[in-house]
Amino acid sequence: MTDASMDSAPVKGRLTTVDARTRKRNAAEKRFKAYGLVAILIGLFFLVVLAVSILRSGLPAFTQAEVQVEFTLTQEEFDAAESQMLKTRAYEDLFIAALQGQLEERGLEVAFDPAAIERLLGKTGGTIREFFLENPDRIGTPVTFDLAASSRVDGYFKGRVTRDTVVDSRFLMVSDLDLVDALADAGIITSSFNWNFITGSDSGVDNPGGAGIGVSVIGSFFMMLVVLALSLPIGVAASIYLEEFAPQNWFTDLIEVNISNLAAVPSIVFGILGLAVFIQFMHLPQSAPLVGGLVLTLMTLPTIIISTRASLKSVPPSIREAALGVGASKMQTVFHHVLPLAAPGILTGTIIGLAQALGETAPLLLIGMVGFIARAYPEGVVSGFIDPNSAMPAQIYTWAARADAGFYEKAWGGIIILLIFLLTMNIIAIILRRRFERRW
Amino acid sequence: MYDAPHYTTQETAVTDVKIKAKDVQVYYGENHAIKDVSVEIENNTVTAFIGPSGCGKSTFLRCINRMNDTIDICRVEGDILIDGDDIYDKRVDPVQLRAKVGMVFQKPNPFPKSIYDNVAYGPKIHGMARNKAELDDIVERALRRGAIWDEVKDRLQAPGTGLSGGQQQRLCIARAVATEPEVLLMDEPCSALDPIATAQVEELIDELRQNYAVVIVTHSMQQAARVSQKTAFFHLGYLVEYDDTSKIFTNPEDSRTESYITGRIG
Repeated sequence: MTDASMDSAPVKGRLTTVDARTRKRNAAEKRFKAYGLVAILIGLFFLVVLAVSILRSGLPAFTQAEVQVEFTLTQEEFDAAESQMLKTRAYEDLFIAALQGQLEERGLEVAFDPAAIERLLGKTGGTIREFFLENPDRIGTPVTFDLAASSRVDGYFKGRVTRDTVVDSRFLMVSDLDLVDALADAGIITSSFNWNFITGSDSGVDNPGGAGIGVSVIGSFFMMLVVLALSLPIGVAASIYLEEFAPQNWFTDLIEVNISNLAAVPSIVFGILGLAVFIQFMHLPQSAPLVGGLVLTLMTLPTIIISTRASLKSVPPSIREAALGVGASKMQTVFHHVLPLAAPGILTGTIIGLAQALGETAPLLLIGMVGFIARAYPEGVVSGFIDPNSAMPAQIYTWAARADAGFYEKAWGGIIILLIFLLTMNIIAIILRRRFERRW
Repeated sequence: MYDAPHYTTQETAVTDVKIKAKDVQVYYGENHAIKDVSVEIENNTVTAFIGPSGCGKSTFLRCINRMNDTIDICRVEGDILIDGDDIYDKRVDPVQLRAKVGMVFQKPNPFPKSIYDNVAYGPKIHGMARNKAELDDIVERALRRGAIWDEVKDRLQAPGTGLSGGQQQRLCIARAVATEPEVLLMDEPCSALDPIATAQVEELIDELRQNYAVVIVTHSMQQAARVSQKTAFFHLGYLVEYDDTSKIFTNPEDSRTESYITGRIG
């Protein structure tokens, strides 16, 4: 009996042999590490898939097939064309003649009709006429026109459209592709970097080649100015008051709970609020970056207040005691000591809030900053704030909703640009944080 | 070993009462932390507050410069007079009071700024210097009084947080004396320091006695015996006994005091 009871007692083994319990614990630890690693790998995998698909679909938006035609318009031709009833048609004929001449120069012979050119390049006559009306001094001198090829021709160059997939329609005939090949062989049609995509404005629904994100970038910029100018001072002042000065009672508790809840309110609710308050009640202009900025300010405030309060809270109380101990007032304590120490956290929170606002689409739908808003660059600061404009995410949304595959490509391209802005902001946040923290 | 009795008798004879507390009660919400404390603290004297943890000695110390005001639930009753003025009078601004009553904390807490800025901050906000030269003088004087001048005079622009623990605490003492206070409160100033740094700070406290009324809270009875002339023993919120240090440590009147200093309670 005694022997049996002794056997069941835990055996004190040697240190060099691992006992069963330790083995079990080590195995559990190893398993947990493996789970973590797998979770991270899954995350990374999706990140890579996302990046690859964005780049693959979006990068073609940055190139555009263009037809370069050198063209000399004599004064007589100009006068003759201007005297006709269908003026743009006359210019188109002249352009086609020039194109044909260039093809023959290079020894290529392809039969084509004016309708094919229209399918390839759109209404060229109007563009040419506009140019010469604006620059009458260029009449008689050679001018090189860079004309954007239509969405399908562009797609043919990028491999989106092939001879097998193309169906004869008013947009493109299979036979047109012979002409495209010939033009490509002659070096008349080339693929070049699409600056217009970065600097231009939105275009009509059947002209994806001319669409650009530039003007909506300006719209986003003015919106962000409003958000920054309002949400940073209001948010920081509110946080300092709540954190350092406000008494602890049911009222401040209520405010605190509400702020936390506001951070989780769907953005479209803020959009409705903005529509009701800023546009219907205050009669601010529709589709204006000013209103967009105001709505996004409401959305960003909770984020900024929460992060600011967290960073104020993280300043050790000993610093406050030290300042109060030498006779600093509450406000001096906060502004001389607490705020500088909390600054990196506040800045990071603000930039993250701004980045969130920059990518927000839903509230803009409701205040009319979405849809077809093609406009030139704002003329000045005031016009930048109050003239109708779009914003980057709203522009992307608009493009994604359009039928032409060319716009689908533009939407992806717009996402790349938006991501570049967001990445830049986050990098700035990291740099600022590092710089402020490196003080000691 | 220690000659406190010698100068205690000598000093008390010539000094006057600096701080007079009468029937002070402190409440933290429902908790009655300080009960009926009445004490007279003399000028140019080091007064030690001793007692077990939670006995209220730090709480009472923080009443003297109204640091308890920063705690919402804290309520102070009774009178504390400095030079005959009630510091809890409505007309007294706690900010002004704290310039007059300096404080050194348990953990060295220099500002994350340069050594110079640490000391210059108080004088700056109180408008004590009209120009840079005057401020330089004040900083040097304070650092000399803090017995740290020789160690830092070549690196005044170095961060105060880069000093050793003992140096940081002496910097904090220099910072406290820079505003020319009349009373210096020290809340366990040596508890985070090693024995050598402690000895340096204790030596400094004895020198500071020439100019200020020093009140020190300490957990170390040896320290109280070494640096103070007067000792107050707190227990469970009551001031049990207050007398000359030599008397408290050799011939206490209250049995609780005796139990504490002989190590039977606390």
